Amino acid sequence: MSLRTASAPRATTGPSAKAPLRKTRKKLNVPAGVAGFLWLAVVILPIYYVVITSFKDQQGFFASNPFLPAEKPTLANYQLVLENDFFRYLANSLIVTAGAVLPAVLISFMAAYAIVRGSGRLLTGVSRLFLLGLAIPLQATIIPIYWGITKLYLYDSLLALILPGIAFAVPVSVLILANFLRDVPNELFESMRLDGCSDWSMMWRLAFPLIRPAIVTIAIYNALNVWNSFLFPLILTQSAENRVLPLSLWAFQGEFTINTPAILAAVVLSALPLVFVYVVGRRQLVAGLTAGFSK
Amino acid sequence: MSAPTLTRTRKPGVKSIDGTRASLAWLTVPALVFFVAFAIIPLGGVIVLSFMHWDGIGEISWAGFTNWASVLSDPLTGGSLWTTVKVILISCAIQIPISLLLGVFTAGFQRYRAVLSVLFFVPILLSSAAVALTFTALLDPNFGLSGAIPIEALKQDWLGNPDLALAVVVFVLSWQHIPFHVLVYQGGVRQIPQSLYEAASIDGANVVQQFFTITVPQLKYTFITSTTLMVVGTLTYFDLIFVLTGGGPGHATTVLPLFMYLEGFRANDMGGASVLGVILAVFGLGLALLIQRLGGKNRQASQLEGA
Repeated sequence: MSLRTASAPRATTGPSAKAPLRKTRKKLNVPAGVAGFLWLAVVILPIYYVVITSFKDQQGFFASNPFLPAEKPTLANYQLVLENDFFRYLANSLIVTAGAVLPAVLISFMAAYAIVRGSGRLLTGVSRLFLLGLAIPLQATIIPIYWGITKLYLYDSLLALILPGIAFAVPVSVLILANFLRDVPNELFESMRLDGCSDWSMMWRLAFPLIRPAIVTIAIYNALNVWNSFLFPLILTQSAENRVLPLSLWAFQGEFTINTPAILAAVVLSALPLVFVYVVGRRQLVAGLTAGFSK
Repeated sequence: MSAPTLTRTRKPGVKSIDGTRASLAWLTVPALVFFVAFAIIPLGGVIVLSFMHWDGIGEISWAGFTNWASVLSDPLTGGSLWTTVKVILISCAIQIPISLLLGVFTAGFQRYRAVLSVLFFVPILLSSAAVALTFTALLDPNFGLSGAIPIEALKQDWLGNPDLALAVVVFVLSWQHIPFHVLVYQGGVRQIPQSLYEAASIDGANVVQQFFTITVPQLKYTFITSTTLMVVGTLTYFDLIFVLTGGGPGHATTVLPLFMYLEGFRANDMGGASVLGVILAVFGLGLALLIQRLGGKNRQASQLEGA
């Protein structure tokens, strides 16, 4: 869990980068290869099934072999999902994710800076408190959170999802950002202090740029959690107006009932934003997924 | 997830510059406000509410120990705990070996492995609701998998048979979460010094021997991290099971967090649900501590001696 470990390029496609070092292990391992392709089948078959089925009409779905592509591909299912307010749900998910992750990362960075650069019993206590949040499944608190949100008159609003989203992102963000800040050489801070810099300006002008990769990483990690969150939207929102994407899938299942191709079209559409991110910035996304968990 | 690291080291000399380092504490205030308001206070609140009667809408009134008595005497409580334990144990038994092997596999730098890795990680991109709907369709006895492959054994009511439903839940959970743990193991494997393998092959150790004498022992801490996340994570998986089976058939797949939700938001017994919340929090904390303890305390000890 250090700067080096988490920012080390997870170079799955970097054949040139480390290849010379690894030459000694280049012998082809046949059983491993076979097992690898078997696992590929386990992963891909369900996804393949979802994609081809989403292009079938009802009749084709009932009549054809489930694993063969549609004879007459149709976009009607996609049209149905898009007409059922898909873009509203997408926008809600984007608002909640951005609204929770940006503040969470900023305030976690400030807290991590104080914990690493400061000292004293107060700060030790604060960091212990954050650690507690890591060890306890915070889902256990849904009932009091539901109570609090209704008391704040926030029930069935996007803010009801954003506020706990920020809180739940704090512990892990502080922990990981603190680990990265610790690797910034003390001499850099010393010299800036001699130049008369305050902690506030050192925090933003020195520490922030230096650990920016870590900040991006932890932002991605949190964004994925919030984006895919289901339990909080389920208990804290009600109306279709404030529905987020994962919850909309569940609602589509109720609305479309036996129209499986339409449900699966909704599944495909809901996955597209992240698939797009994966295609564009796979390395960043993958690094964000483990966010320094690999040691 | 390595708990003790947050307060571990203090940069030497920091204090000597000036005596006011504690003044930085105000920088933690914004984070603290959110965390205390929406995590710490609710954590206390769940204990308080476990002694209250509340239907979720009306007035809250004192209940004493009646919630605890009724929840603890409800056979479904023990049943959901047992289901949770079963899901944790079976899914760890499936996920750990597969994640380890695939982690080693994808850590290799062969081109075909790099291409396969890209595809292996696709399940991570899907939300639990999406995964649940995918498998609901795929396991449909008429129009799913069994319609394509004419094998009698596949024509099962996968989600309607209590024993099968639990197996399906564990399989789908594993399908969804193995990629993440593969990533964790992949990161671990790539940090094992190459010199260890070079030394071993000079000594004449084959690939299998190297795997068991170098790779596996070197991955001890990766194993602890991954398993902690796996166990604590399984304790919080609610959405996938909720959409896939709703806890059924009967209560065959009702895990503790799902039971808590059903008790609170379906049966409108927030007091009883809070009792389950307390049990869930204690259970999770206990498991996390247990794994850390089993893994040995001295996580900072070098694994690289002689490397």
